[in-house]
Amino acid sequence: MEALLGNVDWSEIGWASWETLVMVGLSLLFSVLVGLPVGVLLFLTGKRQLLEQKVAYGILSFIVNVLRSVPFIILLIVMIPVTVVLVGTSLGVIGAIPPLVAGGAPFFARLVETSLREVDRGIIEATQAMGANIRQIVLGALLPEALPGIIAGITVTAITLVSYAAMSGVVGGGGLGDLAIRFGYQRFQTDVMVITVALLVIFVQMLQMLGDRLVLYFSRK
Amino acid sequence: MIELDQVQKSYQVGGRAIPALHSTSLTIETGEVFGIVGHSGAGKSTLVRLINLLERPTNGRVLVDGENVTHYDAAELRAFRRRVGMIFQHFNLLSSRTVADNIAFPMKLAGIYSKQQIRERVAELLALVSLTDQGNKYPSQLSGGQKQRVGIARALACRPTILLCDEATSALDPQTTQSVLRLLADINRELGLTIVLITHEMDVVRRICDRVAVMDGGRVVEMGPVTDVFLHPEHATTRDFVFESENIDREEMREDLAHAPGRILRLTFRGESTYQPLLGHVARSSGVDFSILSGRIDHIKDTPYGQLTLSLVGGDLDRAMAEFDAADVHVEVLR
Repeated sequence: MEALLGNVDWSEIGWASWETLVMVGLSLLFSVLVGLPVGVLLFLTGKRQLLEQKVAYGILSFIVNVLRSVPFIILLIVMIPVTVVLVGTSLGVIGAIPPLVAGGAPFFARLVETSLREVDRGIIEATQAMGANIRQIVLGALLPEALPGIIAGITVTAITLVSYAAMSGVVGGGGLGDLAIRFGYQRFQTDVMVITVALLVIFVQMLQMLGDRLVLYFSRK
Repeated sequence: MIELDQVQKSYQVGGRAIPALHSTSLTIETGEVFGIVGHSGAGKSTLVRLINLLERPTNGRVLVDGENVTHYDAAELRAFRRRVGMIFQHFNLLSSRTVADNIAFPMKLAGIYSKQQIRERVAELLALVSLTDQGNKYPSQLSGGQKQRVGIARALACRPTILLCDEATSALDPQTTQSVLRLLADINRELGLTIVLITHEMDVVRRICDRVAVMDGGRVVEMGPVTDVFLHPEHATTRDFVFESENIDREEMREDLAHAPGRILRLTFRGESTYQPLLGHVARSSGVDFSILSGRIDHIKDTPYGQLTLSLVGGDLDRAMAEFDAADVHVEVLR
C-alpha cells in the first residue's frame, strides 16, 4: 500500500477535494442564479410564447450560443482579464468562479428553457384564464410544474461544472484538477492521478444519485 | 348577458390572414346553458376563447353585462377573468399542487382573500363536487371524472358569473360524462351561473343546453332553442350531428323506407303530448293502419319528446293528419 500510493499526500488530497467542492458549489449557485432568469426569459420571448419578442430572443439566444460554443479551456483563458476585474485575481478557487459561471449559466439557461417548454400549454392557458399576470404564471405555475426538469438540469449542470472545475487547474484554478496536473501530470505521479480521478468519479456519482432522488421526490405526474 | 357583436378572428400564417371565425353575432342570456356544437376546426374553441379574451377578436366587440371587455386594460382584464370560470377537455390541473391547492390557486392569484376565507371556500367547493376526502391527493392520483370535478371546483372558486366549458366531457367515458353534466346542470340551476359549453357531441347539448349554435367552417350555421334545432334541424351540418347522436345510419334508413308500404310520416311529440295514447286513438277514429319504422322517446334537457317514423296504410289519411295536428303533434310527410 505504502509503495503503491507512495506519492499521495492525503491532507493535500483532502484540501484539494474541499476546494473542488467549494468551486462547484459556488459556481453552481451563481450559474442557477443567473441561468434561471435567463432561461425563463428565453422561454417567454420565444416563438408563440407569452412575451414573444423576436429581437430580445435573438440577442439572448446569440449570447448563450457564443458562450456555449467556446471550448471551456479557451473560455478560461479569454476570461482572465474579466475575472481579475470582477474578483481581483484569476488564481485559486475564487479566480475560477467567474469562468465557471460563464460556462455553467448559459448551459443551465438552455436546460431551463427546454424544461419550461415541456410544460403543457393548457396549464398556462388555464392560469391565464384565472386572471394571473405574467409573474404569477411564471412563479405560480410554470416553475413549479417544470421543477423536476429544472432539478435534473441543475444536476447535469453540477456534473458539467465538476469537469470544468478540474479543467481550471490548467490556469491555476486549484482543487483536484490542479493537483492532478501539478503532481499527476507534470511530476509523473500516476498514483496521485488515479486517486484524483477516482475522487472525481465518486463525486459525480453522488451528485447524480442526489439529483435523481430529488427529481423523483418532486415528480407528481 | 354576453353579446358577441360581429366578432371575427383570423390568424397570420406566413404573412397571410387565415380566417378562423367569420363575422359572428350572438347573444347569450344570463343564467342559460348555451351550447356551441361543431366539428374540430369549426371555430368553436376560438369563439369561446373570445369571451374571456384568451383570444382577441381581429374585429368586433365582446360585451359582457353591457361592458365592452375588449377595451379593458391589463389589470381590468385580469379582474374580469376572475368573474369567468373555465374548464378544459384535459382538465389542465397543476400536477405539482394538491387538489385543495389547485382549487385555492385562483383565489391566491386574486390576492384579495384571507387564508381563512380560502380554507373555508375550498372545503365548501370540495363538498359541492363530492370530493371532500380527496383534498390532499395530487391530480395524478385521481380518475378523469374526479379531475374534471376538481377543474369545476377550481373554476368556481372566485364565484364567477359565467362558466366556459371547453369540450369538458370529451375525454371522459359515457358514465362519467353523465355525472359531470348533471353536476353542471345543478350548478347552473342552483348558482344561476351562465354556462357556455362547446362540444362535438350533440348528446351533451341535448342533455343540458337551453339553446345551441351549430358551427361549420368558422360560421354559425344554425342557432336556436335546443328543442327546435334538435327536432327540426335545418342545416346539413346540424342534421349530421343529430343523426350521429341518435345513431341513425341514413343509408339503412332509406332502405327501410323503400320497403315500407303506404305513406310515410314522421311525427314529433313534445312535452305533455309525448305521454298521450294518441296513435291508437287516431288509428281507430280514422281507420288507418300503421307500422312503426323507427322511433325514439327521450328528453331534451327537461322536455320529454318522441319522434316516430310511421308507414300508414288505408283509412282516412287526411283525418288522421288533422287529428295529429289538433293534438299539437308536428307532422312531416316523408313520402
